[in-house]
Amino acid sequence: MKLAESVEHGKADKNSPYPPHLKGQDGAGELTEYALEKGINPKHILSQALIPAMDIVGKRFSENKIFVPQMLMSAKAMGASMFFLKPFFQSGELKSKGTLIIGTVKGDLHDIGKNLVRMMVEGSGWNIIDLGVDVSAGSFVETLKENQDAIIGLSALLTTTMVNMKEIVSEIRKEFKDTKILIGGAPVTEEFSNTIGSDFYSADPQGAVDYLNKLVS
Amino acid sequence: MNYKELIINNASDLMFGNAPKPVITQRGLQIGGGQVYSELNFTLPPMSINKLTEREVYRHYKEIASGALKRAVELNSKGVILEFETLMEMTKTPSIGIEIVSIMNEICEDYYVKYGLASEIRLTPNDLREFERPAKQRTSELLKPMFELFEKGALAGGDLLSIESTGGKEVSDSALMMCDIKGMFFAMTVLGVRDMQFLWKNIVEIANKTGKIAAGDSACGFANTAMVLAEKKFIPRIFSAVVRVISVVRSIVAMEEGAIGPDKDCGYEGPFIKAITGIPISMEGKTAACAHLSPLGNISCACADVWSNESVQNIKLLSGMAPTAYMEQLEYDSRLLNQALTEGKDTSRMLQNLLVNSDINTDPQALILAPENVIRISKQLIKGDSYIENAKNGALESLNIIEEALDSGKMKLNEMETVYIPMLRDDIESIPADESQFIDMMLPVLDQSKFTLSEYGL
Repeated sequence: MKLAESVEHGKADKNSPYPPHLKGQDGAGELTEYALEKGINPKHILSQALIPAMDIVGKRFSENKIFVPQMLMSAKAMGASMFFLKPFFQSGELKSKGTLIIGTVKGDLHDIGKNLVRMMVEGSGWNIIDLGVDVSAGSFVETLKENQDAIIGLSALLTTTMVNMKEIVSEIRKEFKDTKILIGGAPVTEEFSNTIGSDFYSADPQGAVDYLNKLVS
Repeated sequence: MNYKELIINNASDLMFGNAPKPVITQRGLQIGGGQVYSELNFTLPPMSINKLTEREVYRHYKEIASGALKRAVELNSKGVILEFETLMEMTKTPSIGIEIVSIMNEICEDYYVKYGLASEIRLTPNDLREFERPAKQRTSELLKPMFELFEKGALAGGDLLSIESTGGKEVSDSALMMCDIKGMFFAMTVLGVRDMQFLWKNIVEIANKTGKIAAGDSACGFANTAMVLAEKKFIPRIFSAVVRVISVVRSIVAMEEGAIGPDKDCGYEGPFIKAITGIPISMEGKTAACAHLSPLGNISCACADVWSNESVQNIKLLSGMAPTAYMEQLEYDSRLLNQALTEGKDTSRMLQNLLVNSDINTDPQALILAPENVIRISKQLIKGDSYIENAKNGALESLNIIEEALDSGKMKLNEMETVYIPMLRDDIESIPADESQFIDMMLPVLDQSKFTLSEYGL
């Protein structure tokens, strides 16, 4: 419960100044280390504390009850906890929900929206490969070759770069017919998504999280 | 900062259509000289820009300029600015951008000769440097095509030269998401100011060489990003309001280097710059909802000399092509403002009051743009000895104004917002006014892989 509370309120470690009501107390990092020392199953830590806490954070953000910084603090707290769980992922004892390869398409440098999606999806228990901005079709395809079960996320903010999504989707489909591709960005619409053959359009970050979680539920 | 006194000292003198230092263009627009002009901005519909589509790109811009100026003539326009904000491909290959300026300028000239409609092109090359990460602000090869477009585009008919420069954005993007006000200070008052000094020296030189007008910059990538994020409820509105005030000391550097206005439309810091420097400004508000939403639809018009729509795609609407439709909307707004100016000071004041009072207490970002608050904050923005100190003074004064509005009950904000006031105040007060000390404070907490200090002369 304390660990979930730490993640929910963005308390990464004992030295974190926020939130004030948890000042001086152990944060997510220390609590995870302690739980593992006590022999608590890492699967239990992940499924009963971390993911439910981030679900609450995501929901509160979607309902406009918190701002991005609070969500980022929670993501940071989750990261502090995941540091101690990393060996269990490496050994295969713990598995992430899947991998999302995400990037802003060729010719476009806008990454705030993409970063928000990355952060929320990661907080929901997914592994993320962030290719950054101005990403070519070739980069997506190459990364997909190394992570064949991954899902692709494309972002664009300009009317003259959203069209590059079409080429990227087409290049991916040549080699990976069944790979799920989700897209988003200010000028992008569901109609456009259907036109270019992507699988899902999300108007906001939570929509992307919900879609991905449905895929693995 | 060079400015030590306000050119406009009283809120009553901060009026739309009138600036103490009007700008006269080649075809005779007298911007800030007693009337408001429309500034139309536009972009392509969803399409690629490449060799195969080049002709189609040119066709779009021809259609946009012809359609807009035709409608402007039909509406008895007093004069128009067409803002050509280039897309990446048009700057990387300057010949594309230059050709588009040339096409549009021919149409402007045609309407001037045939109908007497004075129109000018504001040429705004996009800042290519951000395509390199970390950006090489001073040594990038990408500066070459940018400056080539400025110079040859000016000669092809770009009368007003502007840019939305991005120096410091490497830091501000993440600082905005974390509501890290110290990061925003560093991005704008250290990196931003230094980059503006470098960039605007060059732009002013080109303007002088070509006989054109160095108009102004915009903190769009900083303060408008904040406004849009606040509108989506991602960050607090109070934070965004403070970011706007800090952005003044960055954008005003263009004027220190010799820019004379009209300042860029998406620089909502314009009213402060008008009060401090006396130059005319372009603004946008309700008529820019085609590009982004804002809480400033009316109040942003209160002291505008040019009225803009930010950007609209060249797509078909029921009435006609979207840029033509927006030309009409801008013209009716300008016509109303100009009618008020024609009727005299009392009518202008009444219209300004309506524009201000309809928005002022609905949002802290609107509140700080009320003329009386612009003057109050501007006085603080010139009081100190450094850019950082001036930004600190202005930011703290804006927090005072927001608190007063809350205490009086005129403005209501929920606790999610108000909890940021003491946090912001503490953080701002902890910033040293001295640049070196501030840099020493910030470097250990910033991701230094994202920016190169030497590219800022540090």
